[in-house]
Amino acid sequence: MRGLLACATLARRAAGATSTARRHLAGAAEAAEAELKKTALYDFHVAHGGKMVPFAGWSMPIQYKDTIMDSTLNCRANGSLFDVSHMCGLSLHGRQAIPFLESLVVADVAALKDGTGTLTVFTNDRGGAIDDSVVTKVTDQHIYLVVNAGCRDKDLAHIGEHMEAFNKKGGDVKWHVHDERSLLALQGPLAAPTLQLLTKEDLSKMYFSDFKMIDINGYACFLTRTGYTGEDGFEISVPSENAVDLAKALLEKSEGKVRLTGLGARDSLRLEAGLCLYGNDMEQHITPVEAGLSWAIGKRRKAEGGFLGADVILKQLQEGPKIRRVGLLSQGPPPRSHSEIVSNSGENIGEVTSGGFSPCLKKNIAMGYVKSGLHKAGTEFKVVVRGKSYDAVVTKMPFVPTKYYKPS
Amino acid sequence: STVLDGLKYSSSHEWVKNDGSVATIGITDHAQGHLGEVVFVELPEAGAKVSQGGAFGNVESVKATSDINSPISGEVVEVNDKLSETPGLINSSPYEDGWMIKVKPSSPSELDALLDPAKYTKHCEEEDAH
Repeated sequence: MRGLLACATLARRAAGATSTARRHLAGAAEAAEAELKKTALYDFHVAHGGKMVPFAGWSMPIQYKDTIMDSTLNCRANGSLFDVSHMCGLSLHGRQAIPFLESLVVADVAALKDGTGTLTVFTNDRGGAIDDSVVTKVTDQHIYLVVNAGCRDKDLAHIGEHMEAFNKKGGDVKWHVHDERSLLALQGPLAAPTLQLLTKEDLSKMYFSDFKMIDINGYACFLTRTGYTGEDGFEISVPSENAVDLAKALLEKSEGKVRLTGLGARDSLRLEAGLCLYGNDMEQHITPVEAGLSWAIGKRRKAEGGFLGADVILKQLQEGPKIRRVGLLSQGPPPRSHSEIVSNSGENIGEVTSGGFSPCLKKNIAMGYVKSGLHKAGTEFKVVVRGKSYDAVVTKMPFVPTKYYKPS
Repeated sequence: STVLDGLKYSSSHEWVKNDGSVATIGITDHAQGHLGEVVFVELPEAGAKVSQGGAFGNVESVKATSDINSPISGEVVEVNDKLSETPGLINSSPYEDGWMIKVKPSSPSELDALLDPAKYTKHCEEEDAH
């Protein structure tokens, strides 16, 4: 997933259980805080009651005055505005931008229509996920992509290294990291009506995964109809000097119904939508096939390979993976990352990678990996939380239906 | 957040109300405010022994798990069973309907080591200042 690495750990720090633990963590946070980066909206967050916590080297709002529960419900009922500027936006340019990128990701980038994008995975040479990313084909010679905050340094090093090698063999690829820009995510049923008030572009003709470079409220923006909440909505890349004004305009136009929302609710929303959080549900040792993202491997790519780790991935596509990501509903306390999944007789079956209480469903939901063959919906297990076993059942995802805006 | 007179407080944000032979224990309004919505509470059974500063249960919120430490030592004589069905009582009524356990104290003088309302208020202010 995007931007929410180890959110539960941060929330635990934010919540603070005991005074001793709090003092220790407060000390650590103070040391870390001195070096944390700030987005262009930092002061805006603090002024609006944002509770700032360290996240992937940044000081980010986990929550505002609204509770995480209320923020999650409001996103689905009305809308949310998130600062996701800590995520890294970049552009690849050049005649061979597409073949270059396709050597690193599993998507069929060439098949994308201009002005459309897709979720993809950067792979390592063992087929494991280095990161997931939304890539957009602006033109044949311009690819815009956004990578996770927690993976930025790793991704840029990986891309840079391969680009250098690619260009040495006569390739023609250049890149630009959009550090002069900020990224806002406007999500929920009121996202489109609210945004429409600030632009002349007819948003009813812009569908899920579409991309446009347009004027919004007078600012030159990159607009993608996408998000990581399961809702209809947009990610808006705006020049950093205009980010606060745009945030204010969006909140004002929605007459208070679209609320500033923090990373805590964002994590609940993406989990309800069944979306992976990189660092929890996806890591270097987990392939896209195991993660249930085979759909993201383009048809031509399945035939040709050509990305790192293709041999491992194509073999898994033929033979089936040994483990699979599944959704779980459970009783008792919410399972969290690393809760063990066991059979009714206590045999280890797998591990939870994300879990929590779903504000929409009022139930515990989780994602985890189980052995293949035990991944069918309806299969019953136990999850172990603090040494006790609780009933759990495999369920299809998303837990809460998605509402992406697609041509009917 | 609210701090009630007549109660004693621990630095890890539990309250205790001593009625002589039995003391009632819960978490403070400050604690529930920081936790957010409580979705599950794990408490001991009657008869369990608790010790001052030791964990006797857990509170689960939407985003985190927290230990609950006992402010005093003794034997659990009653548990608030309503919390298994309605854990949100801890948020809506931390000092009354959201009480957690009742304990027969084994060492009543331990109460003297706890914070009075004024000291607890100051403790919360200092903690929030960081």
